[in-house]
Amino acid sequence: MSVDKQKTQADASSAKTDASFGARVGRGVAWAILLAIMVVSVFPFLWAFRTAATTNPELLSGSVDLLPAEPTELNFKRVLGRANDAEILESSGRENAGQFDFLKALRNTIIIATAITVGQTLFSGMAAYAFARLEFKGREKLFLVYLSGLMIPPIFIFIPNLILMKDLAKWTESGWLNGSVLGWIPWEWLSFTEVQWLGTFKGIIMPFFFMTPFAVFFLRQFFLGINRSIEEAAFIDGAGHLRVFRSVVLPIAAPQMVTLAILTYVTSWNEYLWPLFVAGGNPDVQPLTTSLGTFLTQQPGTAPDWAAIMAATLLSALPVLALFAVFGRRLVDSIQFSGIK
Amino acid sequence: MTKKSGRSGSQNIQGGWKVAFWFLLPSLIGFVVFFLYPSLRGLYLAFTDWNLLGNKGEFIGFDNFERMRDDSQLSNSLWVTLKYVVINIGSQTIISIGIAVMMDRLTKSQFVRSIMLLPWLMPNVVVALLWVWMLDKNLGVVNRMLDWIGIDPINFFTSTSWVIPTVAAVNTWKFMGYTALLIFAGLQTIPKSLYEAGAIDGATEFQMFRRITLPLLRPVLALVLVITIVGSMQVFDVINVATGGFNGQAGGPANASRVVYLYIYQTAVTFNEPGYAAAISLLLVAILMVVTFLQLKLLRAGESDLA
Repeated sequence: MSVDKQKTQADASSAKTDASFGARVGRGVAWAILLAIMVVSVFPFLWAFRTAATTNPELLSGSVDLLPAEPTELNFKRVLGRANDAEILESSGRENAGQFDFLKALRNTIIIATAITVGQTLFSGMAAYAFARLEFKGREKLFLVYLSGLMIPPIFIFIPNLILMKDLAKWTESGWLNGSVLGWIPWEWLSFTEVQWLGTFKGIIMPFFFMTPFAVFFLRQFFLGINRSIEEAAFIDGAGHLRVFRSVVLPIAAPQMVTLAILTYVTSWNEYLWPLFVAGGNPDVQPLTTSLGTFLTQQPGTAPDWAAIMAATLLSALPVLALFAVFGRRLVDSIQFSGIK
Repeated sequence: MTKKSGRSGSQNIQGGWKVAFWFLLPSLIGFVVFFLYPSLRGLYLAFTDWNLLGNKGEFIGFDNFERMRDDSQLSNSLWVTLKYVVINIGSQTIISIGIAVMMDRLTKSQFVRSIMLLPWLMPNVVVALLWVWMLDKNLGVVNRMLDWIGIDPINFFTSTSWVIPTVAAVNTWKFMGYTALLIFAGLQTIPKSLYEAGAIDGATEFQMFRRITLPLLRPVLALVLVITIVGSMQVFDVINVATGGFNGQAGGPANASRVVYLYIYQTAVTFNEPGYAAAISLLLVAILMVVTFLQLKLLRAGESDLA
């Protein structure tokens, strides 16, 4: 709020004084505010890094210097499970520091986010193609039904989905999957033949694997913007729909599919509520988000292990930071795109 | 060749369901099983006393809805949510408009825009952890700085009066860059000639902001407000992590941060009453729809003053 007030005051004062001088001062003040906001945006990450590079005993001194007196990599080593007992004692300042299996949680998150991204992008892309290009009865109505999914708060469907997971366990138990024609499909890959759905990868992945209303909507908007003439040329050359989709539409739409894939990857990487419902605290499938939450819950209220918490926090943010460094520009563009539409 | 070209021009128009079916099949499976069926089942659940342990429940009519009337926890959670939304949306919108206008008038730099997008990409859990540490009472850097200027340490996440403003500020930090980008995109639709004309007439930046930018931004602003308010009413992650840490009771201290989304989650999972939770989420759906409808009406979102 004060930001805006300062700006308006600066602008108002520029009205009274000489216009060009006032305008220059106004621009200077505005730049200063903009830079301050940029600093505020990144400072917590820098501070987290500074904390993670400090031992817990040193943190207790309460120093607010931007650099630690004695930088250490021990906390990162500890979170990655590569520190020996002496190093654990030195960096955590206690005998039995809280356990956080970062690498396992990282592996789980990668499995979940990758599976969701591949399935959702491909299948939503196919649906978007149908809605953008194919003529069939009830197309607009079906699309509206899909879109209505955007209006529903996730928790409203997560509760019935949790119950569905319990039902599915019952059906899976009956063994119909293996006894039927479907038995030749290697379901083990997705632990499908495992009876439980709670506390399994398939339980966490499946609800987002086939589509989300947002993905279909987003890609349909892109497909509508693609010039039809190349597709029509391919049809004239006798290509079928599948061929056109694979060899013409996908290559043309590749940048947009990649943009959606990045957004989906980041969204599934960050998802917290559904794993909280369905992972059942199983460390073998829990992603980083819920593991970190549990890690914080288990910390003692007095003198928690801040150095390790910040090291783990930074490491879990790292892949998103990397995606951001490579694709940041594309993400900025996509937000402006979806904002205008 | 002639035979093919005869129908090919309109082949993408023909084909009908026979072709479309295969393109739609996977997404249909996902939509029906994990979106449509749960939605309908959620409606039904609201009229049952479902139990997660036996995974079954009896139809109990409107009991859950009658119970909502006298539930002081529910009215508390709605009140807490309202407080949160007002503080969060108020600060976030004003700051974002400021950022968007400054970006528009000062720089086209993609770097500036992407830096401010960074917090938005972070997992909410990471955001919560970063700020629980930054705002720690004893060692947190913010309280150390307050100490320099002579302000006593503040229990940001652990005092009943501070917790909601704190979470609102943290989420403002997270979403201001993203919201600013949406508004920025809207600013690009305003013809530059209007500002040139304003400058010739000797208008100041502030006058141009009030007379040109704000009125023409209204349709975009209305949509942005709908998106952000609907999102803000569903705040959960940061509160659950930040107030549930260190063996704390999520929603605390003393229910001061138990927003409606958290209350629904706890009712369903912690208290094992998914039927009652479904009834409360129906109330939430209704509130969200009314809010969206009213906003679009009030702000006349579809119309632009450009015409």
